Amino acid sequence: MERTTLDLWVGAFVVAGLAALVVLALKVGNLSTYNVSESYELQAHFTNVGGLKPTASVRSSGVLVGRVTSIVLDTERYEAKVTMSIDKRYQFPKDTFANILTSGLLGEQYIGLLPGGDDAMLKNGDEFKKTQSAVVLEDLIGKFFTTSVDAK
Amino acid sequence: MSAPLVEVRDVNFAYDSRPILKGINMSFHKGKLIAIMGGSGCGKTTLFRLIGGAIKPTRGEVRIDGQVMHELDQQGLYDMRRKMGVLFQFGALFTDMSVFDNVAFQMREHTDLPEEVIRDLVMMKLHAVGLRGTHDLMPAELSGGMARRVALARTVALDPMLILYDEPFAGLDPISLTVVGQLIRKLNDALGATSVIVTHDVQESLKIVDYIYFVADGVIVAEGTPDEIRASDKPFVHQFVHGEMDGPVPFHYPGGDYRQDLGVAA
Amino acid sequence: MPIANSLRTIGRRSVNAVWRTGYASRFFVMTLFYSGTSFKRFRLIVKEMFSSGVMSLIIILVAGMFVGMVLGLQGYETLKRYGSESALGSLVALSLVRELGPVLAALLFASRAGSAMTAEIGLMKATEQIAAMEMMAVNPIARVVAPRFWAGVISMPLLAAMFSAMGVFGGYVVGVVVIGVDEGSFWSQMQASVDFQHDVLNGVIKSFVFGLAVTAIALFEGYDAPPTAEGVSGATTRTVVQSSLAILMLDFILTAFMFQGA
Repeated sequence: MERTTLDLWVGAFVVAGLAALVVLALKVGNLSTYNVSESYELQAHFTNVGGLKPTASVRSSGVLVGRVTSIVLDTERYEAKVTMSIDKRYQFPKDTFANILTSGLLGEQYIGLLPGGDDAMLKNGDEFKKTQSAVVLEDLIGKFFTTSVDAK
Repeated sequence: MSAPLVEVRDVNFAYDSRPILKGINMSFHKGKLIAIMGGSGCGKTTLFRLIGGAIKPTRGEVRIDGQVMHELDQQGLYDMRRKMGVLFQFGALFTDMSVFDNVAFQMREHTDLPEEVIRDLVMMKLHAVGLRGTHDLMPAELSGGMARRVALARTVALDPMLILYDEPFAGLDPISLTVVGQLIRKLNDALGATSVIVTHDVQESLKIVDYIYFVADGVIVAEGTPDEIRASDKPFVHQFVHGEMDGPVPFHYPGGDYRQDLGVAA
Repeated sequence: MPIANSLRTIGRRSVNAVWRTGYASRFFVMTLFYSGTSFKRFRLIVKEMFSSGVMSLIIILVAGMFVGMVLGLQGYETLKRYGSESALGSLVALSLVRELGPVLAALLFASRAGSAMTAEIGLMKATEQIAAMEMMAVNPIARVVAPRFWAGVISMPLLAAMFSAMGVFGGYVVGVVVIGVDEGSFWSQMQASVDFQHDVLNGVIKSFVFGLAVTAIALFEGYDAPPTAEGVSGATTRTVVQSSLAILMLDFILTAFMFQGA
């Protein structure tokens, strides 16, 4: 079997297609920040998750440290139970704060971690004890009105 | 005389209960060149497809080499077809392959021959039809007569024992016509094969064949050697051989009363 | 009785449609069943990938570039009103990777390669090449249909990926180079919002399904075309119309499954 120019073209086509996929994965997508094997799971309960979604980012001091893997309603406590996978490279003290924050006024919601001072670190399967729920705009506006009425 | 290679026994065929063939009997012996003739739409192409095993007869059977065609399963049919060569009406060359690849097609599909052997075989086949020089061309670059000859080379690529030709003379100029006719005769004799030509070209066929069947309205109306056919005084054969306009095959398609159709009621 | 007549027509059409669906399904199963030859002789697929994949390259790349540029322009105009021009990267990339890349590439593929496949097979049938192959004891589904099918199925995701990548580049050219959106936030916003599994892989799955649908429709229409000039041209038109509809309907179904609740 001899090699032909046709093979060259088809070969170039396949290489270009795969290269485009790699570009999509690394440059456009977030595969470069994925480390699926090297991660551990942590949980947190929130009274309200607002618009938080699975795959939302988990950040500490603005650095991406993990992702939300699932959000379910815990029917024992009637609170949202959020599971997230955190990069193994980052360890957090037991008294770390988990807050649901919003990037910009209308941006995506993410979980922000505010480390405390405890010496013991959170391990796989542990839970954040201190959490703060999402800010719901309606509640905020409601509060603003009640306080301004009280002030009079 | 030994048993015939092809036997058509009492074959009936109908499309949607419209009879096309009614009780056809034929037998083709080894080494012979047989023509099946008839006007357009007389069922000769149907007969051709029956012999090739592409369709099943409504009644009767086609036997090739002792085997009943419509009783074969797919594999048996394919095994049988490897021993057959078929030339289609306009050659049916594969338009996306070169002349060489067309002739080599069956060798590559059905044999494990090394490429050098295939090359020699293809060149021999092309040489036999006088077109060795065209092996690099695409079918679109050939004239009608040349394409037909290439198709002929492809048909005999695997040295078949039975060769079927569907209108091999259709649309050819007189020179190509003679060339193709002579090639059909020569290839048949060289291979010791049996050839069946389905055609309406009387003059060319009479020159080369051994035996002729005339088919009209689904039945065989006449048969015989070329000399017998030329001498025949049957009105249909006479009309056909001499190309007369009116006769047993009427000029007018059956219709209502002419005067009535024109609106001048009698 | 006009009502009875139209009822009869509807009935006959429905029976015909069911009949054709069954025939098409059988054809599809036969194609898969006889695919062994094409994988044993991969050259057959390579040859068809040239005519379906490589020959569609130019149109895919050019179209992808322009679609990306339009997205960059329109996205910028809209996002500017909310002061979030920095989200341009994620807007361009998400719309391309999730929807426009697979869908537009498949639509172009259907009209470029799909119609060519239908016409080619229809003509092979009209000139008795298919029948000739059958009489040479070569199964035309194994030799003609299956290699084209797999070539299309392999080419489609690659073309869609190139379309998306080219589109992102077009969006970058317009957004960053021409308009002057901050390059850093363009890429970082994009990377933060485009998820590999959720967006990129789902896009690849979509284009794979579209490739399957387009080539299956194109090949069936060609194989089923009446062997005349009008028959082939009608079949070619049907290929483009049906595969475009199939792409858009499948896109809705797939999107509903893939992106629900997220």
